[in-house]
Amino acid sequence: MIKTIPMAAAVGLFFTILYFLMAILAPWIAPYGVAEVVGDVWEPSSADYWLGTDNIGRDLLTRMIYGGRTTIFIATVATFISFTTGSILGFLAAVMGGWVDQVLSRFVDLIMSIPPLIFALVVLSVMPVTVPVLVLVMGFLDSTRVFRLSRAVAADINVMDFVEAAKLRGEGRGWVIFREILPNALSPLVAEMGLRFIFMVLFISTLSFLGLGIQPPAADWGGIVKENADGINYGIGAALYPAIAIATLAISVNLVADWILNRTTSLKGGRG
Amino acid sequence: MSSDTLVKVRGLKIGATVYPPDAAPHDIDIVHGVDFELERGKVLGLIGESGAGKSTIGLATMAYGRGGVKITGGEVWINGRDILKSRLRDVRRLRGGEVTYVSQSAAASFNPAKKIMDQVVEASVEHGKFSRRKAEKRAVELFRKLGLPEPDKIGNRYPHQVSGGQLQRCMTALALCPEPELVVFDEPTTALDVTTQIDVLMAIKEAIRDTGVAAIYITHDLAVVAQVSDDIMVLKMGEKVEYGTAEQIINAPREEYTKALVSVRSIEHEEKVPSPEPVLRCQNITARYTGTNFDVLHNVSVDLSPGQTLAVVGESGSGKSTLARVITGLLPPSTGRIEFAGRTLAPDLPSRSREDLRELQMIYQMADVAMNPRQTVGTIIGRPLEFYFGMRGEKKRKRIQELLDQIEMGAGFIDRYPAELSGGQKQRVCIARALAADPKLIICDEVTSALDPLVADGILKLLLNLQKVENVAYLFITHDLATVRAIADSIAVMYQGKVVRYGTKSEVMSPPFDDYTDLLLSSVPEMKLGWLEEVIANRKMESAGN
Repeated sequence: MIKTIPMAAAVGLFFTILYFLMAILAPWIAPYGVAEVVGDVWEPSSADYWLGTDNIGRDLLTRMIYGGRTTIFIATVATFISFTTGSILGFLAAVMGGWVDQVLSRFVDLIMSIPPLIFALVVLSVMPVTVPVLVLVMGFLDSTRVFRLSRAVAADINVMDFVEAAKLRGEGRGWVIFREILPNALSPLVAEMGLRFIFMVLFISTLSFLGLGIQPPAADWGGIVKENADGINYGIGAALYPAIAIATLAISVNLVADWILNRTTSLKGGRG
Repeated sequence: MSSDTLVKVRGLKIGATVYPPDAAPHDIDIVHGVDFELERGKVLGLIGESGAGKSTIGLATMAYGRGGVKITGGEVWINGRDILKSRLRDVRRLRGGEVTYVSQSAAASFNPAKKIMDQVVEASVEHGKFSRRKAEKRAVELFRKLGLPEPDKIGNRYPHQVSGGQLQRCMTALALCPEPELVVFDEPTTALDVTTQIDVLMAIKEAIRDTGVAAIYITHDLAVVAQVSDDIMVLKMGEKVEYGTAEQIINAPREEYTKALVSVRSIEHEEKVPSPEPVLRCQNITARYTGTNFDVLHNVSVDLSPGQTLAVVGESGSGKSTLARVITGLLPPSTGRIEFAGRTLAPDLPSRSREDLRELQMIYQMADVAMNPRQTVGTIIGRPLEFYFGMRGEKKRKRIQELLDQIEMGAGFIDRYPAELSGGQKQRVCIARALAADPKLIICDEVTSALDPLVADGILKLLLNLQKVENVAYLFITHDLATVRAIADSIAVMYQGKVVRYGTKSEVMSPPFDDYTDLLLSSVPEMKLGWLEEVIANRKMESAGN
């Protein structure tokens, strides 16, 4: 499997693993404390501060590492929530049909008719902005898209003869969903997961940039952009580092997702 | 090379790259050096099972390889030019102008967004053979020649507005319109009902004769190819098995393989006397699909004795598959009752007992979608054992082995995935899955129609043997009367949702016939020359496709 991995996917996989490792190992690899003021404002990069310092003199590399940790953690958990709720409800709607499908689908249409960012801003302005609330709001809003995808995929599989054979055998809904449909719906869902993860990264970064995401002094990539945005006026590129990080993570995860999709697209198993 | 020779193929080799799931991609040969010649105005039949390379050879006469297929060697001479050495520009002039192609599925080949006429004249106009007006005139002539209704107006319809048989004839018109030298027919009647097939076949035959075009006719059905061809080439695994005149191949085949193909469908089955206590009794069943306002089944009553086979015969749309859905409980009937093994079955699936479900199993037409591609053969066969009998571990594995032996497949298949099986093996696994439930009745929905004739024969023999051993009854849904002759004890002929003839096999198959049964019986291609003309001359009833 590793031997036949294409170049693009290998590069993507390398950076994805690198970012995740940095996120997990942050307290051990970060040179300074996350909120520790170590130098002057916006110092250029040097042997002590590889990426320089930020708008109040904290080490930017440390902020970036901790920021990545927060961003990736929140995006991962939110993706997980979005996928479990979205796909289970989507499968249920496809398998049960009738009014269950109608109620769920119309409710999802309703939610999707409101732009997610506006919706999130409204919810977060009346609720305390804590990590659990953030993760739940993001996961819930995003699960509508997963619902749509998994419902469509499951509706296709649900009419195939092997599912009918299982129903004729008398199998319950649990078996039909988890043993007959889920294994065949996995590859489009996994590929979508990569994409949704990236949207989560962008979403949390946007929220933080607008001040409704991660609250200081904790760091996250969107927040770092916001804190250092003024520096751009003075020719200081501190805000560009998190932007580059977001971009490379997005591209890398997508390259991996593309590869997984390519490998497993066919319903007949393997590549075909 | 005589002056009349149009096509000359020498040592044609065709290869492709395969991507096995657990090995590196590599090249394989799919056609290993085939030679043949074709004179102007003659028809060559290419016959063989799937994977024999028939279509690949047919397309090679247009210097075309489908989806990664490459012509790796040999010569293809058309009209004195080796087209494999021609420049792409010349090949382009050849395709759709000098050599045209009729594919198996007209429905999938026509552009649904364009009118039929626009598509029929396109090649002639693009190749500069005729002006638009002249091409349309010729198309109307061809429509008339092919027996299409309203030849002046049918070109204004969209592909979905004509029937399958008509669309197939439109495609023949499309192929003949630019006055080609050679037409390649790739299984043009395989997707059609028997009664429609015969009309299309006759239309194609007459059109070939009238236009004096040469043709390559590709099919897996020897009886069909014998009706239209002058010469026949039998292919197997990309190699020529036998090549001769149609008469010689049908009446005096030399090779074993050809003999097997000629004698296919010759299974004989002694019919049993119906017992007074049927295992399945359908009484006055009327059914319709939700959201429609017409009945698909009208007052259908049939009985099936234990350990016997009832064949339900009819064209597509006759309601035979709907009957199966009603019996399985997927479609509750609006009126009527079903008795099964002495008890009345609940009309809908959720209210049936597990015992009812176990004793009534089903085998599907398309074995590859009837099995979950992510489950191994062991899981597929083992699940009913687990579900109905609570078998686990070693006991279950042993029973799976037994079942695999019964379907004449070895124990080595237990951990394989459906994608790693051939078409016939897949259908066998589906049979084993049905048998695993130890049923009293198995509904077989067109179980052999997607298979090659020799493989289908094997499946029918297996089903007959299993019936002897397990005493299971079959409700056998099919459109193929040869299959019916081979396997049935009693027959129900269905037409437009009604049972038009019902009785034991000998009763149903002997005269006097009603018009529909006569049409159906006479439409089954027979392995003899001149059969087609005979049937057309003696017909009493038009087929439903017109």
